Amino acid sequence: MADIRHFFQDSPFRLHVGLLLLLIVGCIGLLLPWFAPVDPLEWYTAPRNQAASAAHVLGTTSLGQDIFWLLTWAVRNSLILGLVVAFFSTLIGVFLGLTAGYVGGAADRFLSFLMDALICIPTLPILILLAALFGGQLGLTAAGVALVLFNWPFPGRQVRAVALSMREREFVNVAWFSGESRTRILTRHIFPYLAGWSAANFINTVLVVIATESALAVIGLSSARQATIGTMIYWALEYQALLAKRYVWIGAPVLAIVLLFVGLFLVSSGLAMRSSDRRMSV
Amino acid sequence: MKLLNFILGRLFVYVMVLVVGMTILFFVPRFAPTDPVDAMLAKVASQSGYMEAAQVDALRASLADTFGLQGSMIDQYGAFLKRIFLTADFGPSLSMYPTPVTELIARALPWTFGLLFTATIIAWVLGNFVGLLAGWRPESNPARVMEGIAICLYPVPYYIVALILSVLFSYVWSIFPLTTTIRGAPWSWDLIRSILWNSFLPAASIVITVFGWWIISVKAQTTALKEEEFIRYARLKGLSDTRLLTRYVLPNAILPQITFLALQIGLMFNGSLITEIIFDYPGLGLLIYSAVLQGDYNLLMGTISLSIVAVATATMIIDFLYPLVDPRIRHG
Repeated sequence: MADIRHFFQDSPFRLHVGLLLLLIVGCIGLLLPWFAPVDPLEWYTAPRNQAASAAHVLGTTSLGQDIFWLLTWAVRNSLILGLVVAFFSTLIGVFLGLTAGYVGGAADRFLSFLMDALICIPTLPILILLAALFGGQLGLTAAGVALVLFNWPFPGRQVRAVALSMREREFVNVAWFSGESRTRILTRHIFPYLAGWSAANFINTVLVVIATESALAVIGLSSARQATIGTMIYWALEYQALLAKRYVWIGAPVLAIVLLFVGLFLVSSGLAMRSSDRRMSV
Repeated sequence: MKLLNFILGRLFVYVMVLVVGMTILFFVPRFAPTDPVDAMLAKVASQSGYMEAAQVDALRASLADTFGLQGSMIDQYGAFLKRIFLTADFGPSLSMYPTPVTELIARALPWTFGLLFTATIIAWVLGNFVGLLAGWRPESNPARVMEGIAICLYPVPYYIVALILSVLFSYVWSIFPLTTTIRGAPWSWDLIRSILWNSFLPAASIVITVFGWWIISVKAQTTALKEEEFIRYARLKGLSDTRLLTRYVLPNAILPQITFLALQIGLMFNGSLITEIIFDYPGLGLLIYSAVLQGDYNLLMGTISLSIVAVATATMIIDFLYPLVDPRIRHG
């Protein structure tokens, strides 16, 4: 409890604002979907082209879907994809980054080279190719696997750099000479330093993943069977929401993605600031 | 000597990046659930109606060749790399038969290059300038406002900015064209005006999204540099603010910015692809998109291989700027 209070007291202002934004979007995406009265993806479950009213808070689409409930499902799917991919990317990145930075030698050269190469390769064209090969639409699982493959090097590189500098620190040497095992040194002494960076990186990866999937979805190459923020924008564009001046249909997902991204960025940069402060003070 | 090592090392990394990229491209079609050749043939057959059996076989062979599906796995891999690096031959486009893929790419590339290059330079120079001033006086009101704007703009994806701009300036106020139509005789004023007019919104959407990041990162650099001993010494020596900024802070703050530019070029390329699709801009992004829609695999493999080569090359060129600004590499 004291820990949590401490966390809120010394964190910069942007961390608070970011957490608040994430709370709002998280509420929309993780809590509200449970209360959806019908499957919002289903067509003609509501009257078509309604303006906002008491029954339909944000109105309905021209396919007869309730925009509000559709939005909650879209945010949920995007968040789940982002969190799952970021979890695996961070896990692989931290593991391989630590290995490279701490073990060094040939393993380091190989892993660093692999990370540098993967970072230079643009992800979106490869995802587009995959989508084309999967018959024009890339399912969320396939997209997730591909995104993990291209996103682990970002945390990996940073972890490697921190681990390299850690290797020279006194307390690591002390631990080594007092006969602690390599695994124990890594988990007990080096990992605590990496936790802040990894958290910042994790959030950044969530952001990149959701952005990339939505990019694919906006041009209609992501799965149309699941709602994500990107596919919602795609449907709105596809059914001429702009020409029909139905700005809520397209505006709601756009606003959701902007709030989500600004929130994620504020939290990740706030965390990075905090851990660089802490590293300086040690 | 150090410079030579730097260049050779970087060239080696470049070649290896290309090899890794092409290896991924080589294996991706092999993981696809459907046989791309069969899918392609079905598509062609449905579009062109009746086809002779001999024609189908010839097409199948040509497609198998495109995907490098002939011979053993190692033969295939060798042939695939050879085709990309040595001959750069991706066969004819299937949707715009018989125009060669390379010709279509050559037509689209100047547009993407021009758009991305101009937008990147504008955003980089503008962002660094604003960020440098903001970092120099971080407590002043303009600096706070600029940082606030940057924080709200940086995380917003390209296509969102592109959509908002096109809604505002093409639907609500019809100032700019909704889709790109270039008119005018070659080398005429009309043509240049038409190009600038049509490129304005796509370029603006890239500049707006990228610019925030440069402000944020150069501001952090400048704020940190201000505390350094050598800056304090120079200030005590009585140097003017302008001289301090241009001769002391700028060269040091700009170095990491060049590294970041190299790291970001891939993301910016992704963004420009989407921007082009949204604005119907006749570059590489639109070409990739139409290749997907029409199932033109020759064109798709060609454009995507080229994307990887282009991004890797751009990253390397940016890294080569490093010795120009960092004397430690030049004279080490």
